[in-house]
Amino acid sequence: MRIVVLVKYVPDINAERKFADCRVVRDPSEGTLNELDENALEAALRIVEALPDDERETSEVVALTVAPPAGDVALRKAYQMGVDRGVRVSDEALADSDYFGTTTALAAAVRRLETEGPVDLVVTGMAALDGLGSVVPALLAADLGRPSLTFAKTVTVADGALTITRETDEAAETLTAPLPALLSVADTANTPRFPNFKLIMAARSKTIEEWSAADLGLDAATVGAAGARTATTQAAPRPEKPEVELVQDKGSGGRELAEYLIRNELV
Amino acid sequence: MSEPTHNRTVLVLLDPATEVRSSVLELLTIGRSLGRVEAVTLEAPSVEALAQLGAYGVETVHQAELPAELRGDARHLSAVVAEVLAAAVRLTDADVVLAPSTFAAKEAAALAGRALGAGVVIDAAGVTSGTDGRVVATKRVFAGSWDTACEVTTDVAVLTVRANAVVAQPAEAAVATEVEGFAVTVDAPLPAVAARTATARDADRPTLEEAAIVVAGGRGTGGDFGPVTELADALGAAVGASRDAVFEGWFDRYVGQTGVTVAPRLYIGAGISGAPHHRGGMQASQVVVAVNNDPEAPIFEICDFAVVGDLSDVLPQAAEVIRAHKQQA
Repeated sequence: MRIVVLVKYVPDINAERKFADCRVVRDPSEGTLNELDENALEAALRIVEALPDDERETSEVVALTVAPPAGDVALRKAYQMGVDRGVRVSDEALADSDYFGTTTALAAAVRRLETEGPVDLVVTGMAALDGLGSVVPALLAADLGRPSLTFAKTVTVADGALTITRETDEAAETLTAPLPALLSVADTANTPRFPNFKLIMAARSKTIEEWSAADLGLDAATVGAAGARTATTQAAPRPEKPEVELVQDKGSGGRELAEYLIRNELV
Repeated sequence: MSEPTHNRTVLVLLDPATEVRSSVLELLTIGRSLGRVEAVTLEAPSVEALAQLGAYGVETVHQAELPAELRGDARHLSAVVAEVLAAAVRLTDADVVLAPSTFAAKEAAALAGRALGAGVVIDAAGVTSGTDGRVVATKRVFAGSWDTACEVTTDVAVLTVRANAVVAQPAEAAVATEVEGFAVTVDAPLPAVAARTATARDADRPTLEEAAIVVAGGRGTGGDFGPVTELADALGAAVGASRDAVFEGWFDRYVGQTGVTVAPRLYIGAGISGAPHHRGGMQASQVVVAVNNDPEAPIFEICDFAVVGDLSDVLPQAAEVIRAHKQQA
């Protein structure tokens, strides 16, 4: 079993996130692995751990990211959790990619991994906490010509097929498809493992392979700002809210709340 | 809404077609500000839906005719919906596609954009015409702390729009609505849908995604959502929860950046501390009210009005005053 897990380097949601010149500021001291990708890593590792011994020994879990060099933070975290290999695609030509440019680069990297041997599964988180678009998994599946089984709450791999259950806004569903396939997992799918000391130490010295756009044979016109079909033209912080009206409940707090709503025509 | 300045054709996704949800009425309203609006469905619209579409100025509904094997549960797969949208754009030479910001519609919009070579914006908070005639979407990002504008630079624009982006308004004059079929084939590799149960909707309450008012409960409820529900009922609001409360099994759906993201006119958080995850799902709300017995709760930093007190006292009292006020009105 060979699994590629996509990981993203994102600004920490607990830090102050901002734009400069319409681009997201990616301060290396405040960047981190997208938390939702930990669920993807956990799902991939569990799939491999559930295999019979002989299959497990020949399995490989590869963490793949498209990021500037600071994105190694995300790959180190993936190594701490237990992946076998980390690959970073970095190129100035990829800056300001939209969903399609990002997907094109990811698909090219997966195809390069496929030249070494089949990739049975591509696994992703349900969203990245910076953009929250949730569409790259489905787009990547389309680029790779695989069925996409996204937003999984439960995951089963058996007899060469992937089966998931999911609960979306609209329905509870059970989906199944033969491998190779693409899987995205919801944050309810599992509780990511806490890395043990041995893996944390080992992760420090692991190799991170670096591939450029040229290594992947990417046409510069299809990625980055050149290939983008949308452009951010304005970015401004929202005005601060006025001081909160704070009431200590001394028996009439509920009444005061209701009166606030009535006064502001919210009822 | 200003009159259209361009002769655009705007397609709005209507799925399901048995009812026209408030989010779709909002899309139709936005669509009319951009050009002539038409609807796309994957099933026959109900009589009620057709009447509402007429009231909102939709003269044509394009109903996809899918191959037999895709007419069942598989028609809900995002790759199928995407092919329907792409085929409808090719058929009508449409310039803009608008879809709600549900999980499946977001995927379908992106895949349709892929098939059409069109620019895609997900989770727009507003859609307008730019000075050069291009479609510009506004977005509220980073937990509602920044506003951005995003211009679509391709001829066709595909956008998903958050609920409550505009106030839905019928057209000045209702029109007669015709349904026209069109054939759609799907080449994409699809998973098999082994089982599907549509989520039951509470007829007495607006959905969390679409509600104008949301009342949510957190750890501070101690598992008793009675006071939260009572206030929601008084206000005609949807009920939500924090992720903690859902993980405790006290409620089924949570507001948060990975749960349901809401931007209602009024958001009331009770017994919710306001962790970054939760704030990411509600901070774009127009008015935020919080009730918490911890005066240090971070949610107080982003509120307009707050009560420090026990929610089991505050919420029922507020509900009683609101019910009395509504009876008078």
